[in-house]
Amino acid sequence: MPLKAVILIGGPQKGTRFRPLSFEVPKPLFPVAGVPMVQHHIEACAKVPGMKEILLMGFYQPHEALSRFLVSAQQEFKIPIRYLQEYAALGTGGGIYHFRDQILSGGAEAFFVLNADVCSEFPLQEMLEFRQRHGDAHSFVILGTTANRTQALNYGCIVANADTQEVQHYVEKPSTFVSEIINCGIYLFTPAIFQHIGDVFQRNQQELVLEESSNGWQRAEVIRLEQDVFTALAGSGKLYVYKTDGFWSQIKSAGSAIYASRLYLNQYSKSHPERLAQNKPGGPVIRGNVYIHPTASIDSTAVDHTCVLNTIVGWDSTIGRWARVEGTPSDPNPNDPYAKIDSETLFRDGRLTPSITILGCSVTIPAEVVILNSIVLPHKELSRSYKNQIIL
Amino acid sequence: RRALILVGGFGTRLRPLTLSRPKPLVEFCNKALLLHQLEALRQAGVSHVVLAVSYMSEALGAAMREQEQRLGIRISLSHEKEPLGTAGPLALARDLLAEGGEPFFVLNSDVICEFPFAALARFHRQHGGEGSLVVTRVEEPAKYGVVVSEADTGRICRFVEKPRVFVSNKINAGLYIFSPGILQRIQLRPTSIEKEIFPAMAQEGQLYAMELQGKTLCTVWAARGRSCHAGGCHRGSVPAGFWMDIGQPKDFLTGMCMYLQALRAQHPEKLHSGPGVVGNVLVDPSAKIGANCVIGPNVTIGAGVVVEDGVRIKRCTVLKGARIRSHSWLESCIVGWSCSVGQWVRMENVTVLGEDVIVNDELYLNGANVLPHKSIAESVPEPRIIM
Repeated sequence: MPLKAVILIGGPQKGTRFRPLSFEVPKPLFPVAGVPMVQHHIEACAKVPGMKEILLMGFYQPHEALSRFLVSAQQEFKIPIRYLQEYAALGTGGGIYHFRDQILSGGAEAFFVLNADVCSEFPLQEMLEFRQRHGDAHSFVILGTTANRTQALNYGCIVANADTQEVQHYVEKPSTFVSEIINCGIYLFTPAIFQHIGDVFQRNQQELVLEESSNGWQRAEVIRLEQDVFTALAGSGKLYVYKTDGFWSQIKSAGSAIYASRLYLNQYSKSHPERLAQNKPGGPVIRGNVYIHPTASIDSTAVDHTCVLNTIVGWDSTIGRWARVEGTPSDPNPNDPYAKIDSETLFRDGRLTPSITILGCSVTIPAEVVILNSIVLPHKELSRSYKNQIIL
Repeated sequence: RRALILVGGFGTRLRPLTLSRPKPLVEFCNKALLLHQLEALRQAGVSHVVLAVSYMSEALGAAMREQEQRLGIRISLSHEKEPLGTAGPLALARDLLAEGGEPFFVLNSDVICEFPFAALARFHRQHGGEGSLVVTRVEEPAKYGVVVSEADTGRICRFVEKPRVFVSNKINAGLYIFSPGILQRIQLRPTSIEKEIFPAMAQEGQLYAMELQGKTLCTVWAARGRSCHAGGCHRGSVPAGFWMDIGQPKDFLTGMCMYLQALRAQHPEKLHSGPGVVGNVLVDPSAKIGANCVIGPNVTIGAGVVVEDGVRIKRCTVLKGARIRSHSWLESCIVGWSCSVGQWVRMENVTVLGEDVIVNDELYLNGANVLPHKSIAESVPEPRIIM
């Protein structure tokens, strides 16, 4: 069966919680566990038999990093990969609606839609098989996972029939508890979805006419899959949820990039053991899962007595002798199997929430200082210790 | 000649160190506090020292016996059943002190300085009054007993304990010499020498003050119109008579800096030198320091201490038997006896580890005050006490 995949990569105005990491490189290309964030998606899609083409969709202006990435990914995975640029931010549904002809070209009978800012095991083949068992050739499938009752409120909540797995009710970020099953941002659609999106588009047009466009920025073409489409499809017999126990996490804040890294590194022992660093005599001591880029050098005399914990160190940064660079991990509660990473706000009660320390690119940290729970913007040269601060 | 050292009780301000040892036995610059004082007294011709204690431990008793032998000095014990304050102990030890009819020294056990006992005795003999005390100038006199005295004779006009408004910047250094007549003034009950005895003596013109510095002021400070003071660590000046009340950890470290500086001026051969040693560093011969370390300035390393490779230590005291593991960074800390500090640890801001504390690898301790026998498995990013 011919298949396609669409990866929604957003644009510069989206994903601002990922700053300052996204200052140098667009968020979807930021390395997670050693490879660009979306490469994990592409790899999973390329593995599915029948996959004809992978489309990256977003509203970034085309630029060098993206083009280079597309070229090298095509070479590595031997599958056509294109970037479709939306003319404006069209929402999670508006983009695929706009490019529906491209998606369906070549006779695709079904296609996956994946959000770029999630990290997952990507059980795509399983979703296809699930659809065969539970629905029919026209059913849509949402990938779901279990969250704890409090955190579920931060996601799209899915109420499903226990036997048929049909979605009976869908609410995006409810204020009261609806369900522990949450939307993972990975979907399997058929061409029939465009009919439903089209309906929303028509409705939007009519509403705009009625309101006389009081809000100039509101466009009919901006369509959100979650609020506009899924909510309407729930209970109609067309939408199903495939629940997975595999690892899954959102990557919204810089701190979540470290957690996502860890999840993928764990997976490498099975999927890509060659990517994990091994202990070699005379080399650095490797504990646990570690990825070291082939061009990185870890020299015990150059990394003089520094202690770097829970930190993202930007490209070309240097850290002086005996310096301590430390952040606070925002990992989910390890005792709760369904806990998800907090998409915490930067400030709480007027104070900076302790989180991962981030050094932007080309930051210089002098010797013997401590940098704790701080964010240092790129090209900054520090001269003293800092704690719980954003350094511009 | 005799002397009385006011040892007192539990030394609570110097906890957690004093939870394991009586304060007189805590090593200051690799020598028990009591020993610094006994040696200075011995040099000034004192043959009999009375220790006024309100809590007596076996350790103190054993140490006393050992020092009696070593120094050839007689050490007696005056044990207060109830705390008698700063004057009461003199009454309790009355017989021991009055015997012989000679003036006797009295000192607070917390004081460290270049003890001027001989000069004090001479000064006392010259003016013939009933009591003399040593004064020193400080930047923040309100914490101490403040003295106003006549510049030429040193006779004290006023004595104000912890004044609330500025009176003078000369303070009572806690070192005295008294004629036996003073014992008439003191009864066997809790009495404060500063609040009850001294003001009366000052009124009668019987109390005199000798300045600690003597004649040798450092020229840099003199040019600025200031005298050397006990407020902080000097850089580049040589106080002729340093003074510090080391009863709490912060001041213990400041006093250590001053003592090491005086040692540099008078006995530089006792300080450590070598690769990676910066400034004034005192290292016990039995201690081991690893490769690629940078130690100092102002560090004291006790007996049997092991400092592993790549460690940076500044302004710290490391007590006997402790181990600092590799790549760690310590500034302004006191590491207690037999502690083990892990690898890649950062400790700063007057972190004090009591005896036998274990700090796990890669932690950050900022102003942590850790009680003995604790294991620290989590960082302490802001100052607090760990029980």
